[in-house]
Amino acid sequence: MAQAAIELIGINKSFGAVRANRDINLEIARGTIHGIVGENGAGKSTLMSILYGFYQADSGEIRVGGKPASIKTPNDAIALGIGMVHQHFMLVDNFSVLENIILGAESDALLKSSIAKARSELDRLEREYGLEVDPDAIIEELPVGLQQRVEILKALYRGAEILILDEPTGVLTPAEADHLFRILKQLKEQGKTVVLITHKLREIMAITDNVSVMRQGTMVATRETSKTTVGELAELMVGRRVLLRVEKGEAEAGAVKLAVKNLTVKDSRGVTMVDDISFDLRAGEIVGIAGVAGNGQSELLEAISGIRHAVSGSVMLDGKPIDLTGAADPGELRDRGLAHVPEDRHHVGLVLAFEENENSILGYHDDPRYLKGPFLNVDAIMADAKDKIEKYDIRPGNPRLKTANFSGGNQQKIVLAREMEQDPGVLIVGQPTRGVDVGAIEFIHKRLIAMRDQGKAVLVVSVELDEIRSLSDRILVMFAGRIVGERGPEATEGELGLLMAGVERQEAAL
Amino acid sequence: MDVFIAIVQILDSTIRLSVPLLLACLAGLFSERSGIFDIGLEGKMLVGAFAGAAAASVFHSAFIGLGMAILISVAFAMVHGFASITHRGNQIVSGVAINFIAAGSTIILGQAWFQQGGRTPALQPGERFDAIVWPGAEAVRDVPIIGPIYAELISGHSLLVYLAFLMVPFTWWVLFRTRFGLRLRAVGENPAAVDTAGISVAWLRYRALICTGILTGVAGAYLSMVQNGGFVKDMTAGKGYIALAALIFAKWKPVNAMFACLLFGFLDAAAIRLQGSPLPIIGKVPVQFMQALPYILTVILLAGFIGKAIPPRAGGVPYVKER
Repeated sequence: MAQAAIELIGINKSFGAVRANRDINLEIARGTIHGIVGENGAGKSTLMSILYGFYQADSGEIRVGGKPASIKTPNDAIALGIGMVHQHFMLVDNFSVLENIILGAESDALLKSSIAKARSELDRLEREYGLEVDPDAIIEELPVGLQQRVEILKALYRGAEILILDEPTGVLTPAEADHLFRILKQLKEQGKTVVLITHKLREIMAITDNVSVMRQGTMVATRETSKTTVGELAELMVGRRVLLRVEKGEAEAGAVKLAVKNLTVKDSRGVTMVDDISFDLRAGEIVGIAGVAGNGQSELLEAISGIRHAVSGSVMLDGKPIDLTGAADPGELRDRGLAHVPEDRHHVGLVLAFEENENSILGYHDDPRYLKGPFLNVDAIMADAKDKIEKYDIRPGNPRLKTANFSGGNQQKIVLAREMEQDPGVLIVGQPTRGVDVGAIEFIHKRLIAMRDQGKAVLVVSVELDEIRSLSDRILVMFAGRIVGERGPEATEGELGLLMAGVERQEAAL
Repeated sequence: MDVFIAIVQILDSTIRLSVPLLLACLAGLFSERSGIFDIGLEGKMLVGAFAGAAAASVFHSAFIGLGMAILISVAFAMVHGFASITHRGNQIVSGVAINFIAAGSTIILGQAWFQQGGRTPALQPGERFDAIVWPGAEAVRDVPIIGPIYAELISGHSLLVYLAFLMVPFTWWVLFRTRFGLRLRAVGENPAAVDTAGISVAWLRYRALICTGILTGVAGAYLSMVQNGGFVKDMTAGKGYIALAALIFAKWKPVNAMFACLLFGFLDAAAIRLQGSPLPIIGKVPVQFMQALPYILTVILLAGFIGKAIPPRAGGVPYVKER
């Protein structure tokens, strides 16, 4: 093995009673791409934040380039040549690219010379690594992929030799992700060391040299990527065997439950987000809508579920129209058997300050089952909540606990339990497993397929291609507000990726 | 010609009346750009006014007065910082508390020290900032048009007036041309970006508040040592709040801030000038209406006439490292 760029020895870190990292040992070889995988909350980000000086370890030693290093602030890390690309970009949105690059690395008290220096340095980095970006562009006007590039440039500008990327592909299209990987490989060829934190095993297999697996705050294994398999890594992450693809039989599509015709929706700025979309959703099938976030999927979901009003078109539920003027009451749609698991559970799906049992009936609180005269029937609600907790394996199993104290995956289960247990005819699900870890994904997928097999119509919108492919009986791809293609579940990732990037349309136009 | 003279006089008092607003507005600009809402501008101006007049009268020096005004005002700004930066308290609550402490303590201390019902002794020449008459001002006074403009509008103001207007380009320069300004703007938009860049968020915000304290101190000194010959209780009379409104108007930009403050100053000057005298067509306008005009205008303009005023995105939110 080549010389170690970084060695972590016996790192411990606790937040209150939670032990985020226990006794972590890790060695990262110089000039390699090292992957760190683990479920949400396994402690990956905490470990990297310690390395970057954002947190202090409670105990343990860090060695950089063989020498013991004391990293107390990000400044120390930067001085040691460690750069970090955060999951949520650390950019000032209304600053220019140049201003963001020099922030904290200005050469003197006046900006003029720093800006000139950054401009020529950016030029050099652009030539060396193919990292093109307009230095005068304002960050918020750049697409996410370019914003991320600015983050990488920021680190390189500060002379980073070791680059840590925290979940870098979560916000990228497949094409952008591929481009990022090419950049990372190029950085590696130039002798830089790259640490890639992710929970996507596909990425690990694609570009890393070595991979370390974390589970519940401990480092469970380190492997050479070429000598391991996705199955083994998944098992190490979860601690048991997981089904990477849920088994399911052929769909038996029945009558049309939901018919969308020529639907057009504009957002609050008046931009057309959904452009003349038509499709049918039948009983007993799962239709998946794939697409890069921001191509109108959210607006489509909101229009169908009565939250956002449509400009034109119609939506028929069981042959009867849904009011699309914005006056539609989501409660009325619920009564007609349309359940909606919103994309954003924190803002739309749950009241985080409420107790679990309150959220588990939210929206259905007018149901006579939960009422005693004009009052809520607390006993019935608690019994109902306990029932759902058991059925959906929601942890911790305490219906009195504040919803904010549940993990993301369990919050998602609370919403799913609420909507699915109403036995709706049509279930609309936005990002069913966003921020949910492998074990819970498997569970949620099984539930959705069970719904289908009971003859329900299920519409799934997700930015995760794997998810769309493993769940759907039919896949619709959205790009720029339109459905640009329909494929079967056998469609390859590459094929869907091209559709998602709008490539086929552009070629057709030529 | 009478109308012309009248206009020049109104503009002259517009300048005088907008100075405290302008200083307070720029003060607010520094703190709010760094992400600290400061509803306590009013209180800091008031303690500045009191400290300035008291020190000037005791030590018989205008400059000692000014220094004391700045010192005490900065001290109050640091209290605000201690509550809202170090202890991550609610910035509005802390600001309101500062206003109350200022209103109460100036009266109590004033009465205890000077026994004049909360006032400070009338300032003598040399204890206040007198008008600076520019060379040739008297000589050109009778030249038509240019004469009165030079003699009334440009010449004949106190040092602090010129200082206030010089602060506008200076503030712009600091914000947009210096490292401190870049970091200050960044910390008001995304403190996490500043933190990960290896810069202390707290220290940066404290420095912004020091700037705020200095400027509110000067604003207070202007009130008690230039506009008035001594401190009178509650003499800020809501100027701190108007300055905040002007800041929103100005969309947190220094040059806009100057125009917003001149507008409010003009309304004030016109209100005083037109007191009791009937306007053509409309007839007599109640003084109360004219006094209320800046506030009415703020509401109307903010309701959609100036476009969207987007405050610094991290404003009002104490910075906590994310887990």
